[in-house]
Amino acid sequence: MALIVLLLIPTAVAACCLAVSRRAAGILTVIGAALVLILATRLTGRVLGGGPRVALDGWLSSDPLSVLILLLVAFVGFVAALFSIGYVDRRHGAPVAAKDGYYPLYNLFLLSMLAVPILANIALVWISVALTTLASAFLVAYEDTPEALEAAWKYVVLTTLGAVIALLGVVFLYWGMKLAGGGPFTWAGLLAAAPKMPPTVLWMGFILVLVGFGTKAGLAPMHTWLPDAHSQAPASICALLSGVETTTALYAVLRLFPVLTNAGQTEAQAWFLVFGLVSTGAAALLLVYVRDFKRMFAFSTVEHMGIIMVAIGLGGQAHFGAAYQIAAHALVKSFCFFAAGAVVLTLGTQEIASVRGLIRSSPPAGMALLLGGLAIAGAPPFAVFMSEFAILKAGLAGGHYLAVGLLALFVVVAFCAMMRHVNRMVFGQAGPAPVVGDLPASCVVALVLSAIPVILFGVYLPSGLDRLFTAAAAVLGGAP
Amino acid sequence: MSDPVASYLMHLNAMAGGLFLLAAFAIVATRQMLGCLRWFVVQALLLAASATVIGIAVGSLHLAIVAVVTVVTKAMATPWLLRRTVRRELYSRREISQVLNIPTSLLVAAALALLAYAIVSPVAALETGAFVEINLSVGLAGLFLGAYTVAVRREAVPQLLGLLAMENGAFFAAVSIAPDLPFIAELTVAFDVPVTTLVIGLLTRRIHERVGGTSVGLLSALREK
Repeated sequence: MALIVLLLIPTAVAACCLAVSRRAAGILTVIGAALVLILATRLTGRVLGGGPRVALDGWLSSDPLSVLILLLVAFVGFVAALFSIGYVDRRHGAPVAAKDGYYPLYNLFLLSMLAVPILANIALVWISVALTTLASAFLVAYEDTPEALEAAWKYVVLTTLGAVIALLGVVFLYWGMKLAGGGPFTWAGLLAAAPKMPPTVLWMGFILVLVGFGTKAGLAPMHTWLPDAHSQAPASICALLSGVETTTALYAVLRLFPVLTNAGQTEAQAWFLVFGLVSTGAAALLLVYVRDFKRMFAFSTVEHMGIIMVAIGLGGQAHFGAAYQIAAHALVKSFCFFAAGAVVLTLGTQEIASVRGLIRSSPPAGMALLLGGLAIAGAPPFAVFMSEFAILKAGLAGGHYLAVGLLALFVVVAFCAMMRHVNRMVFGQAGPAPVVGDLPASCVVALVLSAIPVILFGVYLPSGLDRLFTAAAAVLGGAP
Repeated sequence: MSDPVASYLMHLNAMAGGLFLLAAFAIVATRQMLGCLRWFVVQALLLAASATVIGIAVGSLHLAIVAVVTVVTKAMATPWLLRRTVRRELYSRREISQVLNIPTSLLVAAALALLAYAIVSPVAALETGAFVEINLSVGLAGLFLGAYTVAVRREAVPQLLGLLAMENGAFFAAVSIAPDLPFIAELTVAFDVPVTTLVIGLLTRRIHERVGGTSVGLLSALREK
C-alpha cells in the first residue's frame, strides 16, 4: 500500500502545482516531499523487519537495495524542494501566477526517480529511467541562458541515446529469460533464470545496459554531458541530478552484477573494475583543471560513480562499502550543490577564480562550502572517507592489490585537487567579487537539514542504516 | 502453417529488412531536412511491416498492436509534432551541415553496418531461425547508423531523427527476438517516442529563440578551457 501512495503523492502534487501560483506550488511540493520521506522511512523499517514488500499484484516491489535508493531519493527530494523555494525566487524574480513549469516538472522528476527502484518489471524500470531525463530536461534549461540550453540539449540527446541502447539490452535480457524457460521479468526472476540463459545473450544484454545506463550514470568516457548539465541547472536541481539521478541509473546496472555472477560469469568483476577505474581516473585528472565550482562537484560525481562500480567489482565485503558509498555520495553531494547554490546566491558567480576569502565575506556560505568540500573529497571523519576506507580495506583483504592501488591513487589525486580549489575559495585573499545578496531562510533551513547527515554519518552510523547497508550488500552479492 | 506460406513470409520480411537498412543509410546521407523526415517515416513503416509479417508467422497479436501503434506514433504523430514545434526548421531549404562530407559518411556507415553483422553472428548462431538472423543484424545496424547520425549531424532536427531511427533499430531487433514482448513495446512506442519528440522539439524551439539557430553541434560554450 505504502508503495502505491509513494507514487501517487508526487503525481497529485504535480497536478495541483499546475493550478496554483509558484509560491503555493513550492509549499505544496515541500509538504508532498515530506510525506514521501516519512513513507519511505516507514517502508524501510518494514522491509528490514519483515523482508521484501510487494503491492499491486507484484508490479511494485521493494527489497533492501531498492529501499536504500528510495530513501535517498526521498530525502534529497525533500531538502531540494525546501531549497528551491528561496533559490528559485531569488534567481528568477517574484513568483508569477502559474505558467511556470518548475514545480510541476520537479514533482514529475521526483516521481520518475521514486519509480525506478520500486517498479518490479525491468521494462518499466527502463521507461522510468528514460522519463527521468524527459522530466528534467526543462529543469536543466530553466535558467534559459544559451549555456543552459546547450547543457540541456547535450543532456537530453546523449542520455536518450544511452536509453535506446539500454532498451535493446533490456530486450536481450527478456529474450534470454524466454530461452531459459520464462518466468516473471523482474530482477528476482532474472537472477533465478540467469544460470540457464545462453551466455552470449546475457552478455549482449549486460553490455548494452552498461553502456546505455552508464551514459546516464555519468561513467567515463560517456560522461561528457554531465558537467554541463550539472553546472547549468538551478542548484536545487543539480542536487537531485548529481546526488540521486545518477544513482538511480547506476542502480539498474548494479542489479545485473548478481545476475552475472549467479550465472557463473565471473568476468563481470573485471568489467565493473575497469569501467569504475576509468571513471575515477578520468574524473581525478579533470578535477585538477576545473574552473567552475559547480563543474568541480559534477566531476566529483563521475569519480564517485566510478568508486561505486569498483566497489561492486571487488565483491565480498566491499559490497557493504558500495552501499555505504551510494548513501554517502547522495547525501554529501546534494549538500555540496546546496552550498554551491548558496555561493551563487551571495556572490552571483560560479567561477572558482572569482571566489576568494568567502569565509570573511559570507560566513554561512563559506562554512557550507568548506564542509561540503571536505566531506565530498573524502576527508576523515566524514562518511565518504569511511565508505572509501571500507572499500579499500575489503579490496586488500580480497587480494585485488592493483585495483586497490589505482583506486587509492585516483582518490588521493581527486582529494588534493578539490582541496586546493576549496581552500582558495574559502580562505584566499578577498578577491574582486562583491557580495550581492544574503541567503533566503528556506535555503538556510535546507542547508542545515542536509548538513546533519553529512556531519553525523561519518562518526555515528545509526544501527538501522548499518543494517540497511548490510542487507543491501547481501542483495548485491546475490541473496534473494 | 504450410511451408510455401512460411517461406513467402520469410522473403517478405527479408525484403523489409533490406529496405529498412537502406532507409537508415538515407537518413545519414539526405541533404534536406524534410527528406530526412520522409526517410524516417518510411523506416517506421518498414518496421511496422516487419512486425506484421512476423506477427502473422508466429501468430502473435502483440506484434499486430506494435505495428498499429508504430504507424500511429512514428509515421503520423511524430511528423505532426515536429510540424507543430519546429516548422521553420523543417521547411528550410538549406543543406544540413555535417561534420563529415556525405561520401565519407556513407563509408563509415557501411563499416558500422558490417560491424553490426559481426557482433550479431555468435548470437544468431544460437538456433533461432531466419527471422532472428535478419532482424537482429538489421536492427543493430539501424541502431548504430542512428547513433552515427546523431554524432555526424550538426543540427537539432536531424539529431532527433537519428535518435528516433535508433529506436526503430532497437524495435526492429525486438520484434524478432521477443515477439511476445509484454507491454513494454506498446508502452514505449505509444508513450516514450512522442514525449521524446515533444521535449526535444520544444527544446529546439527554445534554442532557436535564444541562440538564433539550431546548429547544436556548434554550441560549445561549455567545456574545460
